[in-house]
Amino acid sequence: MANVTLRNVRKTYAGGFEAIKGINFDVGDGQFCVLVGPSGCGKSTLLRMVAGLETISSGEIDIGGRVVNQVEPAERDIAMVFQNYALYPHMSVYNNMAYGLRNRGMKEPEIKTRVEEAARILELGAMLDRKPRQLSGGQRQRVAMGRAIVRQPKVFLFDEPLSNLDAKLRIAMRVEIRKLQRRLSTTSIYVTHDQLEAMTLADILVVMNGGQVEQIGNPLDIYQKPSTTFVASFIGAPPMNLMPLRSDELKSQLTGDARVDQAGILGIRPEDFAISDESVTGGVALGLTVEAIERVGAETFVYGTRQPEAQAVAANPGELPPGEVIVRIPGAVGPGIGERIRAVAAPDKLHLFTADGRQRVGD
Amino acid sequence: MEKSVVFNNRLLPYLLLVPQLIITFVFFYWPASQAVRQSFLREDAFGLNSEFVGLENYQSLFADPGYYKSMLTTLVFSSLVAALSLSIALLFATQADKNLKAAGAYKTLMIWPYAVAPAVAGVLWIFMFHPTLGTLARPLRWMNFDWNPLLNGTHAMILVVMAAVWKQISYNFLFFLAGLQSIPKSVLEAGAIDGAGPMRRFWTITFPLLSPTTFFLLVVNVVYVFFDTFGIIDAVTGGGPAGATTTMVYKVFADGRLGGDLGGSAAQSVVLMVIVIALTAVQFKYVERKVQY
Repeated sequence: MANVTLRNVRKTYAGGFEAIKGINFDVGDGQFCVLVGPSGCGKSTLLRMVAGLETISSGEIDIGGRVVNQVEPAERDIAMVFQNYALYPHMSVYNNMAYGLRNRGMKEPEIKTRVEEAARILELGAMLDRKPRQLSGGQRQRVAMGRAIVRQPKVFLFDEPLSNLDAKLRIAMRVEIRKLQRRLSTTSIYVTHDQLEAMTLADILVVMNGGQVEQIGNPLDIYQKPSTTFVASFIGAPPMNLMPLRSDELKSQLTGDARVDQAGILGIRPEDFAISDESVTGGVALGLTVEAIERVGAETFVYGTRQPEAQAVAANPGELPPGEVIVRIPGAVGPGIGERIRAVAAPDKLHLFTADGRQRVGD
Repeated sequence: MEKSVVFNNRLLPYLLLVPQLIITFVFFYWPASQAVRQSFLREDAFGLNSEFVGLENYQSLFADPGYYKSMLTTLVFSSLVAALSLSIALLFATQADKNLKAAGAYKTLMIWPYAVAPAVAGVLWIFMFHPTLGTLARPLRWMNFDWNPLLNGTHAMILVVMAAVWKQISYNFLFFLAGLQSIPKSVLEAGAIDGAGPMRRFWTITFPLLSPTTFFLLVVNVVYVFFDTFGIIDAVTGGGPAGATTTMVYKVFADGRLGGDLGGSAAQSVVLMVIVIALTAVQFKYVERKVQY
């Protein structure tokens, strides 16, 4: 039971490369914090700094009221689940879980109780004598989890623990991890590049980009009010449509809006569009030519292009090609390819950003 | 499950095996069988005639206290060399595996001694430790230490052990380093988080995961100390003083080549061959069981 606080944490490598550029956040006791961002954004490095596997160049990391900058990983009272599980290949499942307890001088009967309890929770009871190589990917993952929970640490750290599993298992394990964490109510920090994992697991979501925090908050708040265009296009799939407000056609539709003077980019989520001929007061209507259609069953994604003069927004990961707009409509019926459609969005569904995309305009 | 290749031509697979078989036959089976044949014969003093004497060569061999002495010498020499060269190489490899600044240069320098021929290595060591000429023997004498490998059997043994170990460390180092680098870093990090200090991590994680390498090197090193150290012993001590460094393989050479007792020498080499084969078999049967693949 502990909270984890990061105060202006930085990491500079010997060559002068700054991987982490001053990060502040606080994970409350028992909360599940997810660090999400594209590869190379520094999220794994940050987690390894919390674990004590990477040094901290400046700033402070505080676990349960104790600054741990100079504390060895073993003394930080944390447990970590690695991406490749990092099981001890020469030890049985039982010994994999017992190793950390033995190192701390725990008595064998107590170790046995704890390992068997963990094995029961994770349904590993029948596999305690097996070696890791005799297990499937999902089973190995559970052993890695078991190794973390037997220790009953103050903090769990997860480094993309599900990325080596297939899609179906990943979803199942995602739910398992969330349930387990709720039950044990152990403070957790979880690193992923998968925005869906991030949205579903997090109490607090930290969106990172280029070694900096883009936005921190409740996942739904971040989804509903992304503070930068990076967050807007990274959180949510398919990504938010971002359009420059240079063309008079868009700007003229927004004349009543007080925010429009400071704004340079308009963002609308695909699901906030409706295909309709009616106009919405204060809203936006786009004329689109349908180029492609994806029918997933419960919903349909319509890819359309706006007028050819539509111009490019600075390219960010996950962003759409210039002039392309995605519209998400429920059900399996929709327009045909080549058809002209009119996509409209209500005024409360509009997100406005400054021209550099670094700031949200208005609420 | 390994895939087996299917050849269309029935002769081709045999043809492809021929070069290897020829080499094994010419350089192993033929000389080995000659040695076995020779061990049942006795040659006269002029090498003109030889007669079949049955097991007489073996009988006189096992009645010779000098032979038991050479066995003991071999036991001391080989266990010292194998143990020292393996453990020192492992120590060096674990150091080189850390992210040191000059790791590249360090590794290159570590590997060089392996390129030196055994006899040359022996000569280098005698230059360093010759009681009157040796550059390193002089400081020893200043410290009032009566260093003399030419007269003192223990000193001579220390000298050949040092030379043989020095020569073999490079080879062992190379394999240990490769073995260490194949251990995933995250497993050791997991160990660190699990509360194991560096030493405990080494003995409970690194060392067991290194066991396939260690086992392979043990087999190779035993063969090395039994046979390949001949050049070093010949150059450094010539088996002396008073047979203090006469290992079994050196005695084969000394009795056969220098002493002219071909039959006795052949019997010795047969015994030596049997010992090495038995040792290797034992290693595979008992030690390999403890290896973690």
